[in-house]
Amino acid sequence: MISLLKTIWTVFMTMFRKRVTILYPEERPYLPPRWRGRIILSRDPDGGERCVACYLCAAACPVDCIALQAAEDEHGRRYPEFFRINFSRCIFCGYCEEACPTYAIQLTPDFEMGEYVRQNLVYEKEDLLISGPGKYPGFNFYKVAGLAIGGKDKGEAEDEEPPVDVKSLLP
Amino acid sequence: MSQPILQLIILFSILIVVLAIGGMLIWLERRLLALWQDRYGPNRVGPFGLFQVVADMIKVFTKEDWIPPFADRSVFIIAPAVIVVVVLMSFAVIPFAPGIEVVDLNIGLLFFLAMSSLGVYSVALAGWASDSKYSLLGGLRASAQMLSYEVFMGLSLMGVVMLAGSFNLREIVEAQRHRWFVMPQFIGFVVFFIAGIAETHRLPFDLPEAESELVAGYHSEYSGMKFGMFFVGEYLGITLISALVSGLFFGGWLGPVLPPLAWFLIKTFVFICFFILLRASLARPRYDQLMAFGWKVMLPLSLANLVVTGAIVLMKR
Ligand code: SF4
Ligand code: SF4
Repeated sequence: MISLLKTIWTVFMTMFRKRVTILYPEERPYLPPRWRGRIILSRDPDGGERCVACYLCAAACPVDCIALQAAEDEHGRRYPEFFRINFSRCIFCGYCEEACPTYAIQLTPDFEMGEYVRQNLVYEKEDLLISGPGKYPGFNFYKVAGLAIGGKDKGEAEDEEPPVDVKSLLP
Repeated sequence: MSQPILQLIILFSILIVVLAIGGMLIWLERRLLALWQDRYGPNRVGPFGLFQVVADMIKVFTKEDWIPPFADRSVFIIAPAVIVVVVLMSFAVIPFAPGIEVVDLNIGLLFFLAMSSLGVYSVALAGWASDSKYSLLGGLRASAQMLSYEVFMGLSLMGVVMLAGSFNLREIVEAQRHRWFVMPQFIGFVVFFIAGIAETHRLPFDLPEAESELVAGYHSEYSGMKFGMFFVGEYLGITLISALVSGLFFGGWLGPVLPPLAWFLIKTFVFICFFILLRASLARPRYDQLMAFGWKVMLPLSLANLVVTGAIVLMKR
């Protein structure tokens, strides 16, 4: 009996508490930087595309919504010829971001992607590619990778030693 | 002005006002529940979401009005109308303010009790006519619940009747000029209010429609405006019980400064809010608990109240 009255009183007193609802279009909720929203493709600090078209994201994607085609430019740098994400299928799990070896594909704190036409949810590479490095400034995959490309030979990457000549007898 | 025309004007304005209140309660309940749950509730349509009622009405009127092929057609259609009609009939005897009432019935209170007993037909018939097991269970529960709570709903009011010496609601209000009946009749008030909740089958006594057990209870099979009628009936029932509580125990229209009608509406409004507060805070009891509570606690309590009040009234003579 007393507990019932106490319950009623407690509920009544919640009247004077601040409401938790965020009135969305007028007020914006705070989204943490690692929020898993709209996907982008980033560029390295030199402005080159980070994506090396390794297909790891497409393989990791549980709903198979990433499609891409690898290509290679004259310097030997790999890049995707097209890169397509079907956001009507994407579940924003972030596995693609985890799989990516070059920090190219990233999820961003943006969820306002509503469309009236379903086809518009298919984003092409020019929709995905942004001009900056996204969440990982300063990382340049080809500067740290051992792969030789045009303008950078083996052993010339950052923190890399010149390759060992295995045929030499010197220690 | 001639008397009959005045009567008609009063009648229709009461009808319209009561129905409008019933409609606005949908909005009020949602807003208040939201307030007590740290939310906002409907606040988009119009100022403070007031036009939500209009939107809901348009929606409920344009819904497909479906009658299941296995249902008992005529009863199925009549059932939702019954509840609205009987509740509206009860409003006929409520004195809103001096002169503002439909009939000045000398057995007003008995008339109300009779009408609220008829209300059980609506729910029971709806459960029966739907021909679905959940509806039937809801209807069964409703009839048992409403019948048993009716017993002491009437008994709890007898104390008031004794003190006022009348069944006429206007005279009962007049008798409270010096002292509200809630003071000598506190037990009667509590019992009547609890019985009122059970009669309108509101939470926490909403076992007939217990959505966690019975889908939607007796109105599982209803859609469109027929479902809407049950809802309007329920909200009208809340208004009716609140109006009666304020009239029988809290001095109705009596009060200083403000005009009588305003006092009546304010008191009624407070009790409507209390109804909603109960919904926001209390959990639904088990069915056997409900029955045991009714027969083992409430009935003896109201009987004791009756005997003691009677003795005191006799002694004072
Ligand atoms: S977030 Fe998940 S579902 Fe969406 S593209 Fe990446 S891996 Fe696929
Ligand atoms: S986005 Fe990353 S994982 Fe996907 S193909 Fe490009 S480099 Fe590979």
